[in-house]
Amino acid sequence: MIKRSVFSSRLLPYLLILPQIVVTLAFFYWPAIQGLMQSVMRSDPFGQHSTFIWFDNFIALFTDPLYLKSIGITLLFSASVAAVSISLGLFIATMANRALKAKAVVRTMLIWPYAVAPAISGILWLFLLHPSYGVVALGIKRWFGIDWNPVLRGSDAIFMIIMASAWKEISYNFVFFIAGLQAIPKSLIEAAAIDGASPFRRFWAITFPLLSPTLFFVTVMNIIYAFFETFGVVHMMTQGGPGGATNILVYKVYQDGFIGLNLGGSSSQSVVLMTLIIVITLLQFKYVEKKVQYTG
Amino acid sequence: MVEKTPILDTLTYILLIVGILIVGFPIIYAVIAATLPIEDVSRVPMPLIPGDQFLVNMKAAWTEGDLGIHLFNSFIMASGITLGKIIVSLFGAFSIVYFDYRLRTVAFVSVFCTLMLPVEVRILPTYEMAANILGPFQGLWNILHLDGLASWIAGHDIEISLEWSLLDSYTGLIMPLVASATCTFLFRQFFLTIPEELCEAAKMDGASAMTFFRKILLPLSKTNIAALVVIEFVYGWNQYLWPLLITTNPKMMTAVIGLQHLIPAADDLPYWNVALAGSLLVMLPPILVVLFMQRWFVKGLVEREK
Repeated sequence: MIKRSVFSSRLLPYLLILPQIVVTLAFFYWPAIQGLMQSVMRSDPFGQHSTFIWFDNFIALFTDPLYLKSIGITLLFSASVAAVSISLGLFIATMANRALKAKAVVRTMLIWPYAVAPAISGILWLFLLHPSYGVVALGIKRWFGIDWNPVLRGSDAIFMIIMASAWKEISYNFVFFIAGLQAIPKSLIEAAAIDGASPFRRFWAITFPLLSPTLFFVTVMNIIYAFFETFGVVHMMTQGGPGGATNILVYKVYQDGFIGLNLGGSSSQSVVLMTLIIVITLLQFKYVEKKVQYTG
Repeated sequence: MVEKTPILDTLTYILLIVGILIVGFPIIYAVIAATLPIEDVSRVPMPLIPGDQFLVNMKAAWTEGDLGIHLFNSFIMASGITLGKIIVSLFGAFSIVYFDYRLRTVAFVSVFCTLMLPVEVRILPTYEMAANILGPFQGLWNILHLDGLASWIAGHDIEISLEWSLLDSYTGLIMPLVASATCTFLFRQFFLTIPEELCEAAKMDGASAMTFFRKILLPLSKTNIAALVVIEFVYGWNQYLWPLLITTNPKMMTAVIGLQHLIPAADDLPYWNVALAGSLLVMLPPILVVLFMQRWFVKGLVEREK
């Protein structure tokens, strides 16, 4: 930590940090310890007795075909959400960056889906993709000749939650990409243009590499979003169905813990998710040491 | 741009308009659907000319979804989270940056370990904690066999159970979501960029720590606070999993959760016009906050990356 000029007081700094510490202890550390303990215990359905069973819960988890299937679904789902929303966000941001006159207007018109709750995005797309009334579903049926039915067919249901989750995230990515694009020095682009590079060449040879820290950050944030915040989308649209086809990991924690009341199993799932997000965070800190400076 | 590329420029604008339309389409379509009577909204394909039933549908959504009370709950929850987070983290960051004390590093590390761990990964134990916030003390009490001690002192059997449930309460909706280090981290980063001379000068003029905080630090942090107000308000308003778990009483539900009852089931009449009217109403407050405070919001969002 940087050595700075400080105030000297014995009690005040502790008083100031107290609320933060209390809230963190009560709602972070204590639950985390409880979760860790429950994940190595088996408790009876009434929660009266629990026995220590080492890693049996985890072994049961990773030999459970349903859990392995849920992992696969989550990976497919989050990769698709990230790919769709990043490519569209980057594309629109590149276009908006070229449009010199209307930048502010364009930003205003693209920014607000960020404020729409994932669950509400779920409702909007549920209507658009409704097998009998949805206009997008109608298009899919007519143009692609697919017998669209997300209520019965798993692949259609996954496609549906991907659309609803990715749509909302486009504007989030757009904000970051437009900030990243504006931070790229004009002189670099001009120099390349004088050397005769076409606009497309300039994008791939200069803009895109310079954007890579933003791209990395946005990818991490999108994956975290797809892993955790899409709970509302799944709960509104499919409730994990049909037949577990959209049962992503965070939804399975909820289902097993609160509906199936399997405390040990649900806690060990939480521990797996916690480990995962810690690894992602550490990776992010390791690879993005020096960030590009942005001013907004 | 650098050179004149009229064809490419035209193409840019066309693609941009197409992009905006694609992004805006779900909302535009929902707005149209919310103005139509049920006969039109269930026609395939739905007519794209707005009808005149907007207020009727809004009213239906308002009464059927009990939106008045739900919107109020959402408002309390979102403002509570925003206010709580900002106050807690302002003080926390001030303590970490402007004081030197023995447990500073411990406090710093223990708070920042919680960075980026969303409530979704620890729902069950957090729920148990909220069901009885005094649980840890009860546990301690039981481990130390203080029951026996108390009985011995009093001379007869005493059983003490400590219970205080946060379920179905505003405190329960708000407090667990205040436990996050992101705001503290941002304020710490910002405080570190403030020139040291300001603090030196304040000390030389005899200002106390709290005077410095109030008269210098707070005014300087205005933009950052504004940005966080937008981000945290949207975050709080859009919460789903936590309010779903902690509220069972319909009077305590938040607006986003309440919307689920408006979605027509397979056997019902397809009242999508009402469901979408309700959705539009519930998504409006955070959208307005984002649009009106756009400048600070973008700044705050992008600054998170640093």
